[in-house]
Amino acid sequence: MLHIVVCIKQVPDTKIIKMNPKTNTMDRSSAPAILNPYDTHAVEEAVRLRARYGGRVSVLTMGPPPAVKAIKKCIEIGADEGYMISDRAFAGADTLATSYALTKALEKIAAEYAPVDLILCGKMTIDGDTGQVGPGIARRLDMPPLTSVNKVVELNLEERFAIVHRKLEDGYEVIQSTLPCLMSVEKTINEVPYSTMPNMLRAARYQPQIWAVSDLPNIDKTQLGLKGSPTIVSAVWAPQKPQGGKLIEGDAKQQVEELISVLMEQRILFEATPRGGEH
Amino acid sequence: MEREAEQFHGQHQGIWVFIEVKDGAIAHVSLELLGAGRMLADKRKSLLSGILIGDQVDHLADELYEYGADQVYVYDDPIYRFYRTESYMRALLDCIRKHKPEILLYGATSTGKDLASAVATDLPTGLTADTTQLDVEADTGLLQASRPAFGGNIMATILCKKYRPQMATVRPKVMKALPQQAGRQGVLIQERIAITEAQIRTKVLEIVRSTIQRVRIDEADIIVAGGKGLGSPAGFELIHELAHTLGGAVGASRDVVEAGWVAHHHQVGQTGVTVTPKIYFAIGISGAIQHIVGMQNSALIIAINKDPTAAIFQASHYGIVGDALTIVPMLIEAFKVAIGRKEEVDVGKI
Ligand SMILES: Cc1cc2nc3c(=O)[nH]c(=O)nc-3n(C[C@H](O)[C@H](O)[C@H](O)COP(=O)(O)OP(=O)(O)OC[C@H]3O[C@@H](n4cnc5c(N)ncnc54)[C@H](O)[C@@H]3O)c2cc1C
Ligand SMILES: Cc1cc2nc3c(=O)[nH]c(=O)nc-3n(C[C@H](O)[C@H](O)[C@H](O)COP(=O)(O)OP(=O)(O)OC[C@H]3O[C@@H](n4cnc5c(N)ncnc54)[C@H](O)[C@@H]3O)c2cc1C
Repeated sequence: MLHIVVCIKQVPDTKIIKMNPKTNTMDRSSAPAILNPYDTHAVEEAVRLRARYGGRVSVLTMGPPPAVKAIKKCIEIGADEGYMISDRAFAGADTLATSYALTKALEKIAAEYAPVDLILCGKMTIDGDTGQVGPGIARRLDMPPLTSVNKVVELNLEERFAIVHRKLEDGYEVIQSTLPCLMSVEKTINEVPYSTMPNMLRAARYQPQIWAVSDLPNIDKTQLGLKGSPTIVSAVWAPQKPQGGKLIEGDAKQQVEELISVLMEQRILFEATPRGGEH
Repeated sequence: MEREAEQFHGQHQGIWVFIEVKDGAIAHVSLELLGAGRMLADKRKSLLSGILIGDQVDHLADELYEYGADQVYVYDDPIYRFYRTESYMRALLDCIRKHKPEILLYGATSTGKDLASAVATDLPTGLTADTTQLDVEADTGLLQASRPAFGGNIMATILCKKYRPQMATVRPKVMKALPQQAGRQGVLIQERIAITEAQIRTKVLEIVRSTIQRVRIDEADIIVAGGKGLGSPAGFELIHELAHTLGGAVGASRDVVEAGWVAHHHQVGQTGVTVTPKIYFAIGISGAIQHIVGMQNSALIIAINKDPTAAIFQASHYGIVGDALTIVPMLIEAFKVAIGRKEEVDVGKI
């Protein structure tokens, strides 16, 4: 039977987040926490694959206690079970330490339920936006990583292979991989429909299993959290905005004339034309 | 996985760039990284090397020297005909373990990110994602890699103090390639590992290139970009028309792309393309930070917006407060006249 685990993360909605202009820090409380949009599509894809092939969809997150909400959102989309690892020892993890902790939890899920055939991740998150956690998990579990997947053509559970489309800068490639494997998915892979009432009711009541470090067997604590992270964030600042320039005054006709004469004077327009031009 | 990279005892040396090859040619981002890598190598008084993996690629080394590389490590074998994580990763891990670089840069492309994440886990070492600024401490070799995070709301400098190599993926179009120096020489180092098809668990069955003629906004000198302020797909037609008049490319804000007025590859910004044209027109675009980060390095930015307090005016060199639907048609006419006159002058000169 097909067992898919989807790794998901709760993130601040970066569209709404505000910066404190005095301290140059983020006001995290200004932004609602949401399920990472790419992960929404990963969960939806898992649910669709379950509809095609049968099996179970588990979701896994590492995060602080409020991240339970993100798991409930996955149950609404149609996931079967949720797992969360939550412990102060995970705090400050970079992608290397994050993929380590998640791998340990994935091993436990596999041991307690069933071997994992497929791991799905989002292409990236909208807060850290590194896209490095998925491939990191794949390496640790020695699975082929398939990044930027925007279509799952086939899973063949008898012969143990998958065929996917992997997005490239100017097209896509069709890849065949052995199973188990890890896929990180693009948003274009599917459209997420509205949740059904039964799933919403189930989500409202649902409580995921929550594990601390001590619940994960064979874990090397030196590889967790800040201590296990080779990268550190040494400085954070607001991106510098260019200084405001000159507003061109007058009515529309005068504005247009002045802009053209500015460009003529600076000769930029005509020097620029050949390379960008069509002639 | 053993933690071999932890005790580096300073024997790691040199700046490396992973060279991405597409359809037999070097990807432009790799040349940009050689430009950035040259600056780092000069500061560290060390060598700049390219890592070239592929099938029949060793002749490309000459071009890499001309763009700043001192030496090029080559893994040339039919098994590398297509990029596959497992085969490329094995070659790269072999090279890193053997020659121990201090810093290794990759383009933040679908290939570069995929490869870098896999390699970082195996070494293990730190990997800074999607870097837009790079510097190095001349005496210690500590790489300062800065990157946008939280949807472009903040910039962060990331350090990797204890592990080597220090690795980063770098966003295309942010670093500058050096001018090509014809005839500049370097050293080719042939490398080889024992690797068979049976050891690789993925196969590339087909590569499908998009057949739509793309407007390469990342290469255009003039970009006319439009936003929600154009009001409708019909209003957005004005953007196409002005771009056509100027021989430029069409850019767009994300909201316009999401509304379906224009395809995604026109999107400029954090989740779109980073552009550096000579002239950037931002028309009916409010100037959200995620848009600004993608165009702020344009040489000349001209904004047209009916709201005098729009943030875009803070980010532009010249601004016109007014209705785009009135101003743009007038601009198109005026440019037609101005450019026409210019062509006459040129013809007269010849
Ligand atoms: C300002 C800033 C900059 C940073 N820069 C770097 C950097 O350059 N390099 C670096 O190594 N770390 C960096 N980090 C740390 C990084 O954000 C964290 O390690 C983060 O927990 C995971 O990275 P991500 O959010 O980028 O995930 P991504 O790798 O973008 O996530 C991809 C997918 O992995 C899965 N996933 C990710 N996190 C979790 C989770 N907690 N639980 C379950 N599934 C998950 C999801 O499926 C997600 O869609 C930075 C942190 C900050 C605050
Ligand atoms: C994680 C993340 C990533 C993002 N990535 C990107 C990205 O890559 N690129 C991007 O662009 N955005 C991105 N965004 C979205 C961004 O935050 C803004 O929502 C978007 O740029 C706004 O588009 P707009 O300026 O076209 O529309 P609006 O914000 O609606 O602005 C329209 C403007 O037009 C003006 N206007 C209205 N009528 C007229 C008229 N007749 N004549 C002249 N002016 C007029 C208005 O005054 C207004 O300033 C991202 C957001 C997030 C959260």
